[in-house]
Amino acid sequence: MTQPHRLADGGRLDRSTPVRFTFDGTEYTGYPGDTLASALLANGVIEVAPSLYRRRPRGIATAGVDEPHALVQVAEPMLAATTVELHDGLSATSLPGLGRLDQASDEAVHDKMYGHADVVVIGGGPAGLAAALAAARSGARTVLVDDQPELGGALLSGHEEIGGRPALEWVEAVRAELSDTAEVRILTRSTAIGYHDQNYLLIAERRTGHLGPQPLPAAGRGRLWHVRARQVVLATGAHEHPMVFAGNDRPGVMSAAAVRSYLNRYAVLPGRRAVVLTTNDHAYGTALDLAAAGVEVAALVDTRPQPPVALAEAARRAGIEVLAGSAVVGTSGDTRIASARIAELAPDDTLRGPVRELGCDLLAVSGGWSPAVHLWSQSRGSLRFDEALAAFVPAQAAQQVRAVGAARGTYDLAGCLREGSAAGAEAATLAGFEAAAPPVPPSVGDPRPALPRPVWLVPAEEGEPATWRDHFVDSQRDATVADVHRAIRAGMRSIEHIKRYTTIGTAHDQGKAAGPTAIGVISRLLGASSPAEVGTTTFRGPYTPVSFALLAGRERGGLFDPVRTTSIHPWHAEHGAVFENVGQWKRPRYYPRPGEDMDAAVLRECRAARGAVAAMDVSTLGKIDVIGADAGAFLDRVYTNGFAGLAVGSARYGIMCRPDGMVFDDGVTVRLADDHYYLTTTTGNAAAVLDWLEEWLQTEWPELRVHCTSVTEQWATVAVVGPESRAVLADLAPDLDVSKEAFPFMTARQATLSNGIPARICRISFSGELAYEINVPSWYGLAVWEAVLAAGEGHGITPYGTETMHVLRAEKGYPIVGQDTDGTVTPQDLGMEWIVAKHKQFIGKRSFRRADTARADRRRLVGLLPLDRAELLPEGAQLIADETALTGPPVRMIGHVTSSYRSAALGRTFALALVERGRDRIGEKVYAPLPDGRLVAATVTEPVLLDPKGARRDG
Amino acid sequence: MSHELPEHPDWLWRTPDPKRAYDVVIVGAGGHGLATAYYLARDHGITDVAVLERGWLAGGNMARNTTIIRSNYLCDASAAIYEHALKLWETLPEELEYDFLFSQRGVLNLAHTLQDVREGIRRVHANRLGGIDAQWLDPDEVRAFCPIVNTSPEVRYPVLGATLQPRAGIAKHDHVAWALARKADAYGIDLIQGCEVTGFVRDGERVVGVETTRGRIGAGRVALAAAGHTSTLADLLGLRLPLQSHPLQALVSELLEPVHPTVVMSNHVHVYVSQAHKGELVMGAGIDSYNGYGQRGSFHQIEHQMAAALELFPIFARAHVLRTWGGIVDVTPDASPIIGSTPIENLYLNCGWGTGGFKATPASGRVYADTIATGTPHPLAAPFALERFTTGALIDEHGAAAVAH
Amino acid sequence: MLLIACPWCGERDEVEFHYGGQAHVAYPSDPEALSDAEWAQYLFVRDNPKGPFAERWSHAAGCRRWFNVVRHTVTHEILAVHPAGRPKPVIA
Repeated sequence: MTQPHRLADGGRLDRSTPVRFTFDGTEYTGYPGDTLASALLANGVIEVAPSLYRRRPRGIATAGVDEPHALVQVAEPMLAATTVELHDGLSATSLPGLGRLDQASDEAVHDKMYGHADVVVIGGGPAGLAAALAAARSGARTVLVDDQPELGGALLSGHEEIGGRPALEWVEAVRAELSDTAEVRILTRSTAIGYHDQNYLLIAERRTGHLGPQPLPAAGRGRLWHVRARQVVLATGAHEHPMVFAGNDRPGVMSAAAVRSYLNRYAVLPGRRAVVLTTNDHAYGTALDLAAAGVEVAALVDTRPQPPVALAEAARRAGIEVLAGSAVVGTSGDTRIASARIAELAPDDTLRGPVRELGCDLLAVSGGWSPAVHLWSQSRGSLRFDEALAAFVPAQAAQQVRAVGAARGTYDLAGCLREGSAAGAEAATLAGFEAAAPPVPPSVGDPRPALPRPVWLVPAEEGEPATWRDHFVDSQRDATVADVHRAIRAGMRSIEHIKRYTTIGTAHDQGKAAGPTAIGVISRLLGASSPAEVGTTTFRGPYTPVSFALLAGRERGGLFDPVRTTSIHPWHAEHGAVFENVGQWKRPRYYPRPGEDMDAAVLRECRAARGAVAAMDVSTLGKIDVIGADAGAFLDRVYTNGFAGLAVGSARYGIMCRPDGMVFDDGVTVRLADDHYYLTTTTGNAAAVLDWLEEWLQTEWPELRVHCTSVTEQWATVAVVGPESRAVLADLAPDLDVSKEAFPFMTARQATLSNGIPARICRISFSGELAYEINVPSWYGLAVWEAVLAAGEGHGITPYGTETMHVLRAEKGYPIVGQDTDGTVTPQDLGMEWIVAKHKQFIGKRSFRRADTARADRRRLVGLLPLDRAELLPEGAQLIADETALTGPPVRMIGHVTSSYRSAALGRTFALALVERGRDRIGEKVYAPLPDGRLVAATVTEPVLLDPKGARRDG
Repeated sequence: MSHELPEHPDWLWRTPDPKRAYDVVIVGAGGHGLATAYYLARDHGITDVAVLERGWLAGGNMARNTTIIRSNYLCDASAAIYEHALKLWETLPEELEYDFLFSQRGVLNLAHTLQDVREGIRRVHANRLGGIDAQWLDPDEVRAFCPIVNTSPEVRYPVLGATLQPRAGIAKHDHVAWALARKADAYGIDLIQGCEVTGFVRDGERVVGVETTRGRIGAGRVALAAAGHTSTLADLLGLRLPLQSHPLQALVSELLEPVHPTVVMSNHVHVYVSQAHKGELVMGAGIDSYNGYGQRGSFHQIEHQMAAALELFPIFARAHVLRTWGGIVDVTPDASPIIGSTPIENLYLNCGWGTGGFKATPASGRVYADTIATGTPHPLAAPFALERFTTGALIDEHGAAAVAH
Repeated sequence: MLLIACPWCGERDEVEFHYGGQAHVAYPSDPEALSDAEWAQYLFVRDNPKGPFAERWSHAAGCRRWFNVVRHTVTHEILAVHPAGRPKPVIA
């Protein structure tokens, strides 16, 4: 297939290896160096999908990120064809502004990069290159960021000269020098998408997409760079905006700058017979280049009554008729433009004189230029409207940043080079380097332009704005002058309202090109004297769309959140444990034997613990060493009960509250020495408790001589539970006197196990059974676990998981913080008045006296025994006081079930619940209305259902 | 989903100059302020009302939220006021004669841990007895209701189930505000934009007016409805409130063909997402820890949100973030609002809605209007009085609503 | 992503830190002497200024020290950093 619109030579293309691609099912060829859009134009294809709402025919309109029409689906939805690099085998379909998510999962990986720089330069055009060069020569760590595959910016699309050579030779020389300079990084195919506080930049780098279907092994498809910069130079260029006239959305109406880019950078003729419409000097270059490429330029329509003489003369010399003080007022054509209607503009922008119609297949439009202030604005820099430039330009910087070149409205090449060089040197100097602006080479081309004559709204040949439904303000949103007019007529005055009413600026291009035009139109229709009165909407990141996957990076699957496992974990996995996520930990929930479901396994595990002996890996419990002369005094302030008086070698259960008096955490603490407490926390709260202790120590009581160290991962802990646990321990630690008298409940002993491993053994119980917790350095965890199982083999020792642990503790009425409490529960609510010290201060104590906290009818923890001994109440079930209380809704609820189990020991089901005045209801019945319509009755009991005197535990 | 949005009415509101005085001056023309004005007129015949707005009408959190509407709260007082709101939402489009795209597509709150499951079931049971539609779904039912949720047991935090409130859904936030503004304006209420309150006029212990950038405006009663800026206003009166203002960010994707039929929220994995009528995915990120009035947060919140979203919705990997933004949420210690009178006579307070304000809009306005009009708290507002922080009778939704919306 | 200068470790990204709200709010020396309203002030009421704010941060993923920062809540600019225990600096 030939490329009928490809120029015979020129362009930044590799013509040696044509590539094939398909677009909407048709195969075409192009060259490396093309974008999808330029390759389509080379093949004479300008039309893309029709518009989303009005189904208007649309065509490629720009050559960059501001493309409003040419959206395509590749693998990703909604990419602008003007930004998709062509590669062999590319297959694209056009989209009417509505993307499609591929059901197939995306296996591509993306990486996060983190960098620090003295100077970051955004934009690799002449200003940015000059800035980077000046900064780099000072030795400053410099990062140059550009979104194109090659540096040069606007120079890629023109034929300027710098230093007496073609400008792109200068670009190459700068690139080469930068590449050879230490501490310089050039990021191409990289778009700075965000500018955040304290000079924090986000840069999206595209790495493999342009290579086609053979990604580099192990390379991410993209990288998201996070760069903290001391100084930033924004050389982000400017966007050319469209003009608003009737039929301005027709295929063949194209940005004048884009036309020039297609001619020079991509060697493509976007049309054969052109009309050029402009408000400013820039489009003269387009017209001359078109003529030079053999395109018939039917007219150059300039809104200015007196275009610069030199430009007008150059145009005439090229055989181009210049129609000054005029504008295009309409277009015609089946789909693609076939003619443009041109009329003279009065000084007040009304039409006058006859309308002239010129045939054309291309209308190149320059409605004016606006600096790309998006990043500047994201950095909180202020903007001002420059009436001469007719554009919003950077005003006051809010961070260590400056804008140079077209990004601040400097459009001549010499000015861009000069500003860039000076800014690069200034940035490096402020970053602490000795820098001087390198001499600026002389340049030819892009002289300082004369002032534009903005025409924000070209009137229709007839009618009023209310009826101008073919004057597109935001063509992707199909929003027109009529829509803006309607919003204003409805009473809207703020641009934010008008934007939202009309949806202008909310499409895929986020109004990059058309935004300034829209402000102009709104200012005209509001009767404002200038767009300055209207102002801009907020420029929000990202500058260009970025994929969810890029932002997610590698934090997916197993890396979404770390998995923590104990040193005994491999045994659990080998022995078929079913795991539960508790915080980041994996904990065995139960160990099913063949044919067992959870209920059966848990009943068996419970029977073993109550009847013989069972073992559990409790290594995940949080463990904190609290060490120092004031450790006891400190814990007295933190726990509701006293710890200073705890004997060395003894253990005590404690509860800590938040200042509001609500239970925060609980656990057993052992005093190992006068100045050393070994504190345990719940599994999920370990980090929070350490944070809590450190916060109080450092910020409230720095005078206390205490320090806290997390030792959760230093110790593995095995709980050995059950009436035969003593025998197992005796076997395991033959040198330890395990007798009831020598090693009583709530004490700790240091011992050497028979396998030579040193252990800290605590006789504590979360099951109500005789029980020991054996703590060993965690690298011995697995060995000790296996030794415990071996020692217990003759006793039928049974490993058990969290579910059995829950049943055992619930039978004893021991609450679990976070399950039986929810942040609104005091120790008294749990029936633990005994743990709240009367004669000392501790965090939260004052709160117990508050009116609501001291209420007599608070919800209290009680036990529940369903009347039907086999009925398992759902955890979370709500309770009502009597069976006739089911009126409403709302039904008056008096509490809820916090824990509910089948008990092997009790031979029945039971539950724990928080119930209003619960302790006063013991012996009464309460009712749980279930979603299936049943009403389940249960008797309120004391929460301790097994061995209330603790004989088993103390045995 | 990709159809053109419904046409707006031809007329919305006037742009009046402020009068010298009003019966009621409402500070803040967000959703709650506008709803308050509307219900003052509708329910109480009070129309000598000005709503003052420092910026543009409904340009704060009303323009920045993720538009989720639901009432499946745990605490009785919360459930009651949000359910009142939901019932109002169900009739409001007709009453306001404005199609603001209220879509009752259901909300799933996913459970990923056994504790999540307990909390979810607790909420379902409480909601059902409270007269709120609620169901518990197992993972297969979750998948049937929303096929794009990854319910594989192989993921880091598998979906163990979800609560479903079928009547919950979304609405187009701007249009809601405009609908309320239009009706308030039609009652003769003055909506005054670009009018910042800079001080209060006091007569002893009473407030009798406000100083503004457009001059002094007298007021029989002053009602604050200023969300994240409430503290700065209260500071002018020496009134310290249990409020902290934090950044909260949200984002949208490009327009996509319909893939997501409902609203999915996950506290554990920190995701909430719906697909709006035009087709864009609308998602909220986590709240920033620090105080901030800058209407922007830290980007790592967005990055984490994306990672979380892909855990639950692998299909979103290729979607693009088109636009991010931030709002200022005023958060109380118990994550519930403050509604009612203040120690200063004739000054009323409605704030602290945190991340939950949008869904409450009509009920908030209605009970606030009633409280202002009668001088006594509406029964649904009474539990939310400022005094609860002294008595300790908090309405603690924290457990159920760590990031909830 | 704020850049916070830990007094002990130097400038680090915000994600290394834990936020602690308003600084210089001491736990009452005698809580029992306070009325419920005064106690509620301590429990729940903190300054919430739009502008400079003296606040606490902890370098949780670094030295784990708490320190105080004066930060502008609109611009997020950090105006002062000082170790815990020092009086609040005067920011013009």
